[in-house]
Amino acid sequence: MFRKVTLAAAIGAAFVAPVPAIGADDAEVQKIRDEIKELKDGYETRIRQLEQRLEKTEQSPAAAASAAPAPSAPASANSFNPAISLILGGQINNLQRDPGTYQVGGFIPGGDGVGPGRRSFNLGESELDVAANIDPYFSGFFVLSITPENEASVEEGYVQNTGSVPGLTVKFGRFFSGFGYVNEIHAHAWDFVDLPLVHQAFFGGQLQEEGIQARWLAPTPMFVEFGVETGRGANFPGSERNKNGANAGMIFAHLGDDVGISNSYRVGASYRMTKAEDRTYDDVDSIGTPVTNAFTGDSKMWGVDFVWKWAPNGNTVDRNFKFQAEYLHRTEDGSLAFNTAGPNLSDAYRSSQSGWYMQGAYQFMPRWRVGLRYEELNSGNPDIGLVSSGALTAADFPRLAENDPKRTTAMIDFSPSEFSRFRLQFARDEARFNEADNQVFLQYIMSLGTHGAHKF
Amino acid sequence: MNRWKTFTGALALFAMCSPAFAAVNIFACLPEWAALANELGGDKVSVYQASNALQDPHHIEARPSLVARMRSADLAICTGAELEIGWLPVLLQTAGNQKVQPGQPGFIAAADFVDRLEVPTRLDRADGDVHPGGNPHIQLDPRNVAKVGLVLTQRLEQIDAGNAAYYESRGKDFQGRWAQAIPRWEKDAASLKGLRVVPYHKDSVYLIKWLGLVEVMDIEPKPGIPPSAGHLSELVGRLKGGAADVIVRSAYQDPKAATSLAAMTNLPAVELPYTVGGTPGAKDLFGLFDDSIARLKAVKK
Repeated sequence: MFRKVTLAAAIGAAFVAPVPAIGADDAEVQKIRDEIKELKDGYETRIRQLEQRLEKTEQSPAAAASAAPAPSAPASANSFNPAISLILGGQINNLQRDPGTYQVGGFIPGGDGVGPGRRSFNLGESELDVAANIDPYFSGFFVLSITPENEASVEEGYVQNTGSVPGLTVKFGRFFSGFGYVNEIHAHAWDFVDLPLVHQAFFGGQLQEEGIQARWLAPTPMFVEFGVETGRGANFPGSERNKNGANAGMIFAHLGDDVGISNSYRVGASYRMTKAEDRTYDDVDSIGTPVTNAFTGDSKMWGVDFVWKWAPNGNTVDRNFKFQAEYLHRTEDGSLAFNTAGPNLSDAYRSSQSGWYMQGAYQFMPRWRVGLRYEELNSGNPDIGLVSSGALTAADFPRLAENDPKRTTAMIDFSPSEFSRFRLQFARDEARFNEADNQVFLQYIMSLGTHGAHKF
Repeated sequence: MNRWKTFTGALALFAMCSPAFAAVNIFACLPEWAALANELGGDKVSVYQASNALQDPHHIEARPSLVARMRSADLAICTGAELEIGWLPVLLQTAGNQKVQPGQPGFIAAADFVDRLEVPTRLDRADGDVHPGGNPHIQLDPRNVAKVGLVLTQRLEQIDAGNAAYYESRGKDFQGRWAQAIPRWEKDAASLKGLRVVPYHKDSVYLIKWLGLVEVMDIEPKPGIPPSAGHLSELVGRLKGGAADVIVRSAYQDPKAATSLAAMTNLPAVELPYTVGGTPGAKDLFGLFDDSIARLKAVKK
């Protein structure tokens, strides 16, 4: 009897699901519901019976003692309190050249995440992470960063909804842009002390967006993800514009999969455009007078990224290897104003610049990793209207002279546990014009509180 | 135009038919739950096993392939109790799948349904990587497997009501065979009672308690902290006086520490499957316990 009903239910469900209620009369449906409920109730009784039976069969005293009382369900982190974690970091920097003179030569500077930091002992950024589900629809994430200069900044603060539409994840607020791979990763999870040079040159550090991001994951066995992002675009290479509407737009896509048991990868491509208005920077003119120049125009960027991870049998504990590479290209098209405080001459400006890095980190035994990174940038030779018209000379824009910055970095790190890490890093940084800087960093990263989960 | 009509027609037909033929997609975090899902779901389910027996369940990489599989899952079964805390939350947050969020019928944290051992009275990372919900390696007590099995059958019946009778009879069949196997294993392992073991990590506690073995100490100084050379030589000192009978290690753990400790103390070392697929003998859930007991008995002689 029961079998017949469920068969009817199966057939019913098959047709009813997409086109609700064809034929099945209410009484029949109610009957099926009742039977399912009965079945559920039956199970609960049976769990109890089974437990009693198991208790009876336990004869060994050791086993009997094992039924130690345990809470019926593990409390989620701190009951209703959010999961909180704190990252403490710091380093000793030994820099051959004065960090005050640091520049990525050939690139219009911007942002405050550029350069190797200060000499001597440094407290790094302390990072406070708070996360929790808000209600059945939203979860919230908040990352407060406190600089060694005692300035607090909201690194990320966003609300996320996942799965309201299958495969769709939407977040809004302030967050690290989904451009490329490393930009979304928090500093404490980087494989080196600092960001790649190309991110320092093109984003002035880690690109934050204030806006909204949507990602859609395709229902395929392979990882196929598409995303769009839009927002304020006030951060370098954009600028504050005092206008309604969005000032930046981005699209990106990711593909990823496993190759056998031991290997997995993700590739991605991103395209972003934003606008800058009077984005100023400091330079000196041909006779050595400090001047402030300003760019106004479009900044368009595209990039590709690739991550490959290997671990024997997929077991990352003993040995694993991670390879990561990104290529970024940026075109800026608009006008460049010279000495805005003085004559304020302005004419067309166009640059086409690129940069890439590749790096590998190898854990050769538990706790120990070594890493190597190589990177190159190409500033190209920007078309400066003021120079080609003869109004000024190239010597009036020394920061925009052609340059091919390079950097080679090696590191070794030791992690006493999952929550602590020490790292020694050596870099030969050739970002300045015709000058190499040898840099040594000794860094610690410690995490307190909730056990964080790491993205791929 | 005509082609477009055919296409939309085919699409509509596909949409209408698919619920009837689609198997329930199950995402099993660990091999033991994948094996259980296959036992209970038979050919009405399609099980994706996210990790294998040679991978440390605490440290699975949240790979793109896992996110993609979580995206299409109708049901996810994991251990919970923070065993998968390093990777499961990423999958749940990025897969865009409401069906498998905690609290939904499509999410089972197995540890919620059993009595957990070693629930810490003090939570401090100075004690190593402790799990606030208690020891999460629950699958090594077959009575826990039975309880989780009942929950899984019930959830399958709820999610795929059309096949409820099928799951019901499959569940009954499995539980019957399992209930017969438990006393057989207990009888078989009676001679092991009181065997003093030194496991690498606290991951065989449930097996030890169930079979009445005695856990003398662990090779890890604290959960999740690998032993240093100094700690190993200290262990040698403590084990020299005949304080233990056997050193045990799970298949996913690096054999070095256990092997060198065994060499230094002249104690036998035995590799246990830990989960389905850990050893050639542990082909399924029954094999897991058959082989674990056989391997312990082999060194006891």
